[in-house]
Amino acid sequence: MNYLVNNFDVVVELFLQHLQLTLAVIFFSLLIGIPLGLLLARIRWLRGPVMSLLGIIYTIPSLSFFVLLIPLFGLGTRPAIIALTAYAQLLLIRNWLVGLTNIEPAVLEAARGMGLNGWQRFWQIEFPLALPMLLAGIRLVALSSIGIGTIAAFINAGGLGVLLFQGVITNNYDKIFTGALAVTILSFAANYFIRYLEQRAEFRIYGKRI
Amino acid sequence: MSSEMISSTADTNNVPVSESGEIVFERVSKFFTTSTLPAVDQISVKITDGDLVVILGPSGCGKTTLLKMVNRLYEPDSGKIWVGGKEIHTLPVNELRRKIGYVIQQVGLFPHMTIQKNISVVPHLLGWEEKRINDRLEMLMQLIGLPVSYLPRYPRQLSGGEQQRVGLARALAADPEILLMDEPFAAVDAINRECLQGELIDLHSKLNKTILFVTHDVEEAFRLATKIIVMRAGKLVQYGTPLELVTQPENEFIEELVGSNNILRKLSLMNVNSILKARENHFYDADKSQPVEKNSAVLNPEDDLRSVVSLLLRSGRDSLPVKDSENRLLGTVGYADLREMLISNLSSE
Ligand SMILES: Nc1ncnc2c1ncn2[C@@H]1O[C@H](COP(=O)(O)OP(=O)(O)OP(=O)(O)O)[C@@H](O)[C@H]1O
Ligand SMILES: [Mg+2]
Repeated sequence: MNYLVNNFDVVVELFLQHLQLTLAVIFFSLLIGIPLGLLLARIRWLRGPVMSLLGIIYTIPSLSFFVLLIPLFGLGTRPAIIALTAYAQLLLIRNWLVGLTNIEPAVLEAARGMGLNGWQRFWQIEFPLALPMLLAGIRLVALSSIGIGTIAAFINAGGLGVLLFQGVITNNYDKIFTGALAVTILSFAANYFIRYLEQRAEFRIYGKRI
Repeated sequence: MSSEMISSTADTNNVPVSESGEIVFERVSKFFTTSTLPAVDQISVKITDGDLVVILGPSGCGKTTLLKMVNRLYEPDSGKIWVGGKEIHTLPVNELRRKIGYVIQQVGLFPHMTIQKNISVVPHLLGWEEKRINDRLEMLMQLIGLPVSYLPRYPRQLSGGEQQRVGLARALAADPEILLMDEPFAAVDAINRECLQGELIDLHSKLNKTILFVTHDVEEAFRLATKIIVMRAGKLVQYGTPLELVTQPENEFIEELVGSNNILRKLSLMNVNSILKARENHFYDADKSQPVEKNSAVLNPEDDLRSVVSLLLRSGRDSLPVKDSENRLLGTVGYADLREMLISNLSSE
């Protein structure tokens, strides 16, 4: 624990970098994933091809994915965010799509029959009802980005992976331990926080769960 | 409030057709890609403002399809539909829908909204003031017989029958002239269904809305309808009052469906008054001379003939006196009259 005590500010900085990377990934995956998921919910035949494509992207090993992007986007956080956002689509859209398509058809028919237009149906009905699943997707994205994000240190994206890589190279076990601990704390915190939001969204719809 | 007053004063000199609940179908057909046969086949029918018309027919005959074309959840492939004198495509689709209440079997209450929010969705869309919405909420809860303490509850905290009542209140929220109901009571238990049917009859006579009600339950149709549309394989087979269907069935299909040979049903569709009227028409002896025994059962002019039979059987007499609400003797009615009524109705076929 000596490393952590002596270099607390460095660890905090890397921690915040990692958090920032994760938030950026969540932001960009929502930007793409929410409309894409909506499109898939409306156009059934698109689901198969798009989901397979996302599945294929997901199987690319992360280190090679980062390296492949270097010629296009150089080193740093940009290729890291792009690769992690690409991975995130599968996790996010799968959940969001389940949330959207699991809404009781009678609820949507009632909304249509009452004269809510597409936009009103989305904001007043579909979004709140699919929100728990969307948040579950966001949670998966957060956790996987925090995990895979450590490898992004290899292409100069910073973050807590820096401690792990440096620790391995310099054989500094204390540094490795500190890095691993910080990643774990970040993961747990993200998991609990988003899980809390999920439960609140669920509670509105289903009431108390035993 | 003020806009209502303006429109009601306008009513007196120039009745705006859009305020009426008349629905007219003109040669309406609908095909689905899944079949070469039409789901609705050239249906023309006029539904008078204020009627409670039941669409009756076997499963898959096109009842729901016909209903959903009124609020444009389905578009007809040919033919035209007028609502309140306006062709339904002459106004924006969501404007049309907000003027037509819609109730479905699965209710479809919004699970994440309280009862209050559920009911006030359309008034909110229409930009009603908070005060007006709250007054309306109170009035609607009273109408459907639920306490206002239910307003902050969520749909999951209500029984099936209560949910369907809320569904009805939601459909009535913006005071539409027309109510479309697709098997609204099919999923509730028998006891609750009877209550709901009774409440709908009350509500219809109180509010004077045009109601188009789909069911495949013959009993329900006969209980509720002022007129019945019988459909089969997309076609309209007969359109008439319940009594007309029973006494003058168009064909064997109707006969079988409505049980035209079911004497008790036939009796239940006629009342004591119809016997008294028939007598006047035929200068038939109004037999008021018979002395009325004390303690004997008394018939009201509104009693249906089916209950007359059971009263006769219970009293052990051949005839019973009829008295009006002021206790005046109008005559007597007995087995002979019932036989006469049944025979005259059979001969009119
Ligand atoms: N959305 C649809 N797509 C394809 N076919 C449909 C659709 N809706 C109805 N149909 C077909 O049209 C016909 C009439 O269906 P409709 O739902 O109007 O029947 P219904 O009289 O309401 O029956 P039920 O009493 O079972 O509800 C049926 O053959 C049905 O399979
Ligand atoms: Mg149906």
